[in-house]
Amino acid sequence: MFKLQFVILIFTFLLGTSLRAKTIEVCATCEVKSIKDGIVLASDHDTLLIKKGTYKEFNIVIDKPLTLLGEEFPVIDGEDKGEIITIISDNVTVDGLFIINVGTSYITDFAAIRVVKSKNFLIQNVVLEKLFFGIYLEKSQDGRIFHNKIIGDAVEEFNSGNGIQLWYCQNIEVEQNIVQHVRDGIYLEFSDDVIIKNNTSSNNVRYGLHFMFSNNDIYEGNTFENNGAGVAVMFSKKIKMLNNSFKKNWGTASFGLLLKEINDAEISGNSFEENTIGMNIEGSNRITYANNEFIRNGWAIKVRGACYTNSFVNNNFLYNSFDISYNSKLNDNVFQKNYWSDYTGYDLDKDGIGDVPYRPVKLFSYIVNRTPETIILLRSLFMDIIDFSEKVSPVFTPDNLLDTMPLMRKSE
Amino acid sequence: MPLRLYQSRRQMLKILKYSFYDLMRSRWSYVYFLFYLALGFVLLFLNNDLSKAVITLMNVIIVLVPLISTIFGVMYFYNSKEFTELLLAQPLKRTSIFLGQYLGVAGSLTMSLVLGLGLPFVLYGLFKSDAIWDFSLLLITGAFLTLIFTALAFNIAISNENKIKGFGYAVLLWLFLAVIYDGLFLLSLIVFEEYPLDSFSLAATMFNPIDLSRTLILLKLDISALLGYTGAIFKSFFGTNLGLMISISMLVLWTILPIWRLAYKSKRKDF
Amino acid sequence: MIRIENLHKKFGKNQVLSDLGLDIKGGGIFAVLGPNGSGKTTLIKSILGMVVPNKGSISVLDKSIKKNWKYRQEIDYLPQIANFPGNLKVKELIRMIKDLRQKESKEDELIKTFGLETFLDKKLGTLSGGTKQKVNLVLTFMFDSPLIILDEPTTGLDPASLIKLKELILQEKGKGKTILITTHIMQFVEEMADEIVYLLEGDIYFKGSIQQLMANTQQTDFEHAIAAISIQTTDA
Repeated sequence: MFKLQFVILIFTFLLGTSLRAKTIEVCATCEVKSIKDGIVLASDHDTLLIKKGTYKEFNIVIDKPLTLLGEEFPVIDGEDKGEIITIISDNVTVDGLFIINVGTSYITDFAAIRVVKSKNFLIQNVVLEKLFFGIYLEKSQDGRIFHNKIIGDAVEEFNSGNGIQLWYCQNIEVEQNIVQHVRDGIYLEFSDDVIIKNNTSSNNVRYGLHFMFSNNDIYEGNTFENNGAGVAVMFSKKIKMLNNSFKKNWGTASFGLLLKEINDAEISGNSFEENTIGMNIEGSNRITYANNEFIRNGWAIKVRGACYTNSFVNNNFLYNSFDISYNSKLNDNVFQKNYWSDYTGYDLDKDGIGDVPYRPVKLFSYIVNRTPETIILLRSLFMDIIDFSEKVSPVFTPDNLLDTMPLMRKSE
Repeated sequence: MPLRLYQSRRQMLKILKYSFYDLMRSRWSYVYFLFYLALGFVLLFLNNDLSKAVITLMNVIIVLVPLISTIFGVMYFYNSKEFTELLLAQPLKRTSIFLGQYLGVAGSLTMSLVLGLGLPFVLYGLFKSDAIWDFSLLLITGAFLTLIFTALAFNIAISNENKIKGFGYAVLLWLFLAVIYDGLFLLSLIVFEEYPLDSFSLAATMFNPIDLSRTLILLKLDISALLGYTGAIFKSFFGTNLGLMISISMLVLWTILPIWRLAYKSKRKDF
Repeated sequence: MIRIENLHKKFGKNQVLSDLGLDIKGGGIFAVLGPNGSGKTTLIKSILGMVVPNKGSISVLDKSIKKNWKYRQEIDYLPQIANFPGNLKVKELIRMIKDLRQKESKEDELIKTFGLETFLDKKLGTLSGGTKQKVNLVLTFMFDSPLIILDEPTTGLDPASLIKLKELILQEKGKGKTILITTHIMQFVEEMADEIVYLLEGDIYFKGSIQQLMANTQQTDFEHAIAAISIQTTDA
């Protein structure tokens, strides 16, 4: 439905320009030699066709509904002097530009492209390199960030910016972007009804994707790989997290997904592979976890603090060093019909459900929580023995934490 | 001198050859071989999952391989007492006799292990799989453990005339290194949890070949969990190739030391 | 041939050989006798280098045996209990020993002598004690070494084989070899030995011919003479 609306939108745009608006060419040998001049000359709904070449400009302010269309990726070089494009009008399209050298500042968050209090914008096919902030949306609505490539060179958190940042925005689509080597790949703060889809966010210093105080958002089909940590969702409500892939977030406190004070979310169809911690949950309630896959993580799920009424159904836990870790003896969450690769029970009635409940929390994971160095005894026979005895009569781990219906086969 | 060295090496190879042939024909080698073969097939074809098979194999390797090598080593040493005496009366160097026998036993055990496990995995299509490195590491570690524990077993046997005592010590040694050591290790970690324990725990690992092998395999299988711990020393150990290098060198050392003691003892023992 | 000086050997607290000296010039059959625990086997094993002495020196063929293994090339040894690796076949064992010694050998002749042809393809584990002893004899006599040491060679042999063994020993003696024998069969000693080496409490108590022994003990019968030695000592 959304897609269709967009096609119509774009179609009307194209139609509109061809009918009423004119095209202004910008190039070194053209009449108009700079983008800034082009913008001054243009009237509403015109198109600036920027030809191949290098344009050393910054602080380009787009203050009327325009289309900036690059031909064969013209380079806009900000020469580290500051912000490069600032959109302050509705109905602006930026397409096919190669923007480099955004100024770094500790006072102002310079961005390659900033959208301020605008509606109906489209930023697509843009390549950003050597940036501070990439695409910065501020109090804007109804826009689309599509198919851009943002490649930073961030090393440390304090002097780097985010790839795509949304601040007080509504109804934005962020789709098919590639974000690498920035602080947070995609950052949302106070932004609602945002759809983040099919992006790849990798090798970022902090998070692949970061939510703060944002509600009713959906992110799906994204890949988060090898970030400081995968995705952090904090203080937000009703977030849908679907079919994403969280991979190789390795490090001391690294995780695939961090939930902190999250309520009423839906997390399904995701895959967590080879993260130090697959999912770290803190103070999060009423969340459904279904059909996710946890493969070869250090800890598949770490539950800290008060988490109530969560349900874990139909997930696959495959070859994690620890499936679940709890730091309290209380449990109010439901585990049911999951597949656990460590399960050793049997299924006499052949209904595909193990006849013996599975206890996903091992004594050893409790010990490691207390004395981290003991991790070195992982998979030792001695540990297996004491884990077994804990399994038989739980003393340290929540005794009602069990999957009463463990699956015998992986759920598809 | 080079001639003498050459001679004694040739003698050793001969003894090795005969011990090896002898063992290759013994029932126990087949039992051992068939056991691994069956294990490999069961793991792969009932589970149909390489990753799970590799994890189960690891448990088998770090527990069973030492046990079997120890028992088998002690048994062989005592059972071949007369054969040894026959050899002692021949113009052969003592170290050649014992090292030859040792290598024969360790070699046939290693071969049973590698072939027994290797065959099912190769049939399963290991070469086309990513698991080949994990699997090779498992086999290498298994081979090391066989070498180490056979050497330890020979050491126990050569120092104890009494068979029953020798067997007892061998089983105790295994029990200690496979289970009790880790229990004490864990206990000390928990008791002294207030202190920095990085170096201590790494060192403690080095002093037990089973723990050492386990760590080596963990580096491959559970690296994600190991990286979860904050200690800087741990981090440089597990996060880089340093851990792999140190572990392998320690394993080599663990192999050489008992062999060296065996050679030393064999020169001084009465028969 | 063999020269032993100040030989001491202790097993734990048990002093088995104390200050033993022995000089065997060579040529002839020497019977090493003595009561149980007198150190016969220890002495032989010391000569073979299987037991490492605490003190003293041994030389074989004028060479010290300390840290030396090559002199064993010149010794053929028949161990007391012939228990060979059970999985080997007889002919494989023979081949193996030949391979280890790299010396000329005449096993075919001996196999014939002891009638072992039909056993060549049998595993050693399946052989009877007597047959094993025959194999043992083949292994010992198939090489041509100047020194032969036989530890209880008659064990398990049938009368016919025993006769063949005696012939074999005499034949080797004829070649001027030195042959050391321990045995409990006095008749065998009387028949074969040129000289007696009698061990008692870790030292040589008597060394000389049978006639000398009988003269010393004033006995007319060899067996009694041996018995008399033992009684004398308990008296002493």
